[in-house]
Amino acid sequence: MNMLSPQRQRLVVIGNGMAGMRTVGELLARTPHRYDITVFGAEPHPNYDRIALSSVLAGEKTLDEIVINSRAWYDENNIRLITSDPVVSIDRVARTVTSQSGLVAPYDKLLLATGSKPLVPPLPGLTLPGVCTFRDIADVNQMITASETQHRAVVIGGGLLGLEAAWGLKRRGMSVAVVHLMPTLMERQLDVAAGTLLQRDLDERGIAFFTNGQTEEITGTERATGVKLSDGREVPADIVVVAIGIRPNVDLGKACGLEVNRGIVVGDDMATADASIYAVGECIEHRGQVFGLVLPIWEQAKVCAARLAGDEDASYVTPPLSTKLKITGIDVFSAGALSAAAEEDEELIYQDRKRGTYRKLLLRDNRIVGTVLYGEVKDGPWYFQQMRDGTDIEAIRDRLILGEAAASLTGTVDPTAKVKALADSAEICGCNGVCKGTITAAITDLKLTTLDGVRAHTKASASCGSCTPLVEGLLLLTTGVDAKAAGPKPMCKCTSHGHAFVRRAIVAEGMKTIPEVMHRLGWLRPDGCHSCRPALNYYLLCAWPGEYVDDAQSRFVNERNHANIQKDGTYSVIPRMWGGQTNPRELRAIADVADKFGIPEMKVTGGQRIDLLGVKREDLPAVWADLNAAGMVSGHAYGKALRTVKTCVGSTWCRFGTQDSTSMGVALEKMTWGSWHPHKVKLAVSGCPRNCAEATIKDFGVIAVDSGWELHIAGNGGIHLRGTDLLCKVETPDEVLEYCGAFLQLYREEAYYLDRTAPYVERVGLDYVKAQVVEDAANRRALYERFLFAQTFAQHDPWAAQNENTTFKTLVPAE
Amino acid sequence: MDGSILSGAWVEVARLSDIPRLGSRVVGTAKGDVAIFRTSDDQVFALDDHCPHKGGPLSQGIVHGHNVTCPLHNWVIDLNSGEAQAPDIGCIKRTPVRLEGDRILLALRA
Repeated sequence: MNMLSPQRQRLVVIGNGMAGMRTVGELLARTPHRYDITVFGAEPHPNYDRIALSSVLAGEKTLDEIVINSRAWYDENNIRLITSDPVVSIDRVARTVTSQSGLVAPYDKLLLATGSKPLVPPLPGLTLPGVCTFRDIADVNQMITASETQHRAVVIGGGLLGLEAAWGLKRRGMSVAVVHLMPTLMERQLDVAAGTLLQRDLDERGIAFFTNGQTEEITGTERATGVKLSDGREVPADIVVVAIGIRPNVDLGKACGLEVNRGIVVGDDMATADASIYAVGECIEHRGQVFGLVLPIWEQAKVCAARLAGDEDASYVTPPLSTKLKITGIDVFSAGALSAAAEEDEELIYQDRKRGTYRKLLLRDNRIVGTVLYGEVKDGPWYFQQMRDGTDIEAIRDRLILGEAAASLTGTVDPTAKVKALADSAEICGCNGVCKGTITAAITDLKLTTLDGVRAHTKASASCGSCTPLVEGLLLLTTGVDAKAAGPKPMCKCTSHGHAFVRRAIVAEGMKTIPEVMHRLGWLRPDGCHSCRPALNYYLLCAWPGEYVDDAQSRFVNERNHANIQKDGTYSVIPRMWGGQTNPRELRAIADVADKFGIPEMKVTGGQRIDLLGVKREDLPAVWADLNAAGMVSGHAYGKALRTVKTCVGSTWCRFGTQDSTSMGVALEKMTWGSWHPHKVKLAVSGCPRNCAEATIKDFGVIAVDSGWELHIAGNGGIHLRGTDLLCKVETPDEVLEYCGAFLQLYREEAYYLDRTAPYVERVGLDYVKAQVVEDAANRRALYERFLFAQTFAQHDPWAAQNENTTFKTLVPAE
Repeated sequence: MDGSILSGAWVEVARLSDIPRLGSRVVGTAKGDVAIFRTSDDQVFALDDHCPHKGGPLSQGIVHGHNVTCPLHNWVIDLNSGEAQAPDIGCIKRTPVRLEGDRILLALRA
């Protein structure tokens, strides 16, 4: 026994969940040696992030990724952790707790953090196999297992919990129906308009809804086969998930005689009626309120820890709350009141049906008292801040509904302006209670440069992730590193950086050679590999036109040899035919070349040109020289480059033609030939909507109509056939050229190597492309000019003057 | 002494400066094409120009470290051993090669 230290007090924590462990964490931060701590958990796991269970169900995170405190953490802090052994009784006189296995633990202070239980209505059939709730890891595992062999799921409950369960099961390939008692979804967080939009969007994603649906029974005899509603509707199912809500788990508190209403009643000091017993989290009731969101629970943990540490002044006040829905691609934000409740309340509403966005602000005395955002939520935290601060919005009322950018007078949004304006004490991560000062200090002290680094060291943005933009903003502000670009998927095994990060770093840090990029970005292998080198070569070429010296050794064979390698090691050669047009002289020259070099096969390609197949490597320069002599140049049929511009004959000959599509195609090809891209790029021009040139499966397709030209983007044939999206309509051929050049330049500057335009546009969104190319004329012209500038260096025929190139020759050993 | 295990002798086939770093050249021999590679550390390696997978011309592949990636199906071949990198299995014949100053010498069988 250590005679020098005073006798430690014994703290027993019942509940190894987020609230309890948060309190312990806060306590250790204040006073690491005051207590001997014992933690009882009913589940077999260490403390994990229950909020992230929906991400696990949706397959976006693994169970390992949601563990908050590993077992090593308990050991390091000398905490005795007892899992899979729930406490079954509390003896308040003897001050002991007894666990299911018979373990007795004495306490000086006891913390109840027993959380909540799923709310389950008394339905017939509840105990059938195939029925589960959505509360813990065991539930999630049960649903994941079911999704592997079963097909149909019914989720009872259309609130936050139910919808996240439904989405997760949908993501796992099940067909999912949601039964909801109320007329609209998430009625506690969303008003009718937003709830209706949400239902429409989820409906489009293939989730079926039965609203106004009162479940009468779960049908089945051996196992669940569906649910039956009171109005007679029946919904078949292989599994039924009951997710209508939670209720505080008060069993232990009630059994030992504490004051219990809906939850275990606590005061502002987080103590129960028994001064040596504290309670936090979903099991409590404070001033008539019970809790399900994480933010107030963190506040409770903070106050409770302070009290346990001896701070007699710590006092809990429920903070204002906001809600987000964790369904990928569906953005919902809600805070405060939902609808006008009093006569002096005013509602500001903005709705854009086409874009599927909706925002409503509820005002009282020129102050925001409620916010509902749907579809676009980036202004949510800002509204919420104004709401908490009680900002008088009179001066910005006319722009308030348009969000922070419009309201901030300057009209432009600097990505760091928002975080720059915050005080060091401002909370960034609500889930983990991390403020700005803590994050910037960690970034500076630990020299962090990645989002993952900040997450690992501060826990900020490590839970629900909704503060990720703010944390990224802090990284950018503090270090200049744009963490948003550091995607989790590395380019290849040579680096941990993703394509976007590398592209931006090349431009931002002015890196001009492959070795420089590899050195400065910490490449793991000095020469990289066949996967990253061609990508880097392209990125540098695109970033520094005219300046970067192309590295032939980092080009794939086809681009190095300006021809397509075939399975037998010979090559195919395709001369360019502008817009698919040719003439007798060219055809004669091609025929002569074929004869002269014994070229075994010729074929007309899908891109309206002629392919010479089976050319030997050594013959390539001579073949090219002959084709050059007849006025032909490389068709770049081998490159991540502009390939062909396919055309129909158009109004010159066709009785349906509305415009001269051939000339338009030739002009496009003259402008774009020679350009290098992240992947191959194909164009087409059709002279009328009959679309004989198949322009709607091209990267950039043009269709002539009477009044001008329709411009289509991001189509391709190939493995995943994709029709184009309509970009816009323009009137003149010059506009066609400008929009084409601008779009291609945007793609060249932003796409990841080996992504064609289709995945690029799907990644950034058609709206984004329209904003860059169509709506912002100055930006379009700038893109176009950058394209034309790059072309001044790119439009050199690679076939010309190759006769001197000895790399094509086979060496003969000297005697 | 080098010729003791060979029925032929060292033959000069190229100068080091003929081959770019991370590049290669092809030497036509009586037994078929041999690819000579120059790595970034200025070592040279010689392998039959014939991938063990489908016979692709290794000389046309991208060289990285002491490896070359076949241009046909991205098999990665170890230039030291001639063996394909796991999970692929295959091996291609090496030819002894050495540098004498700038001269690349290949041990060709008669």
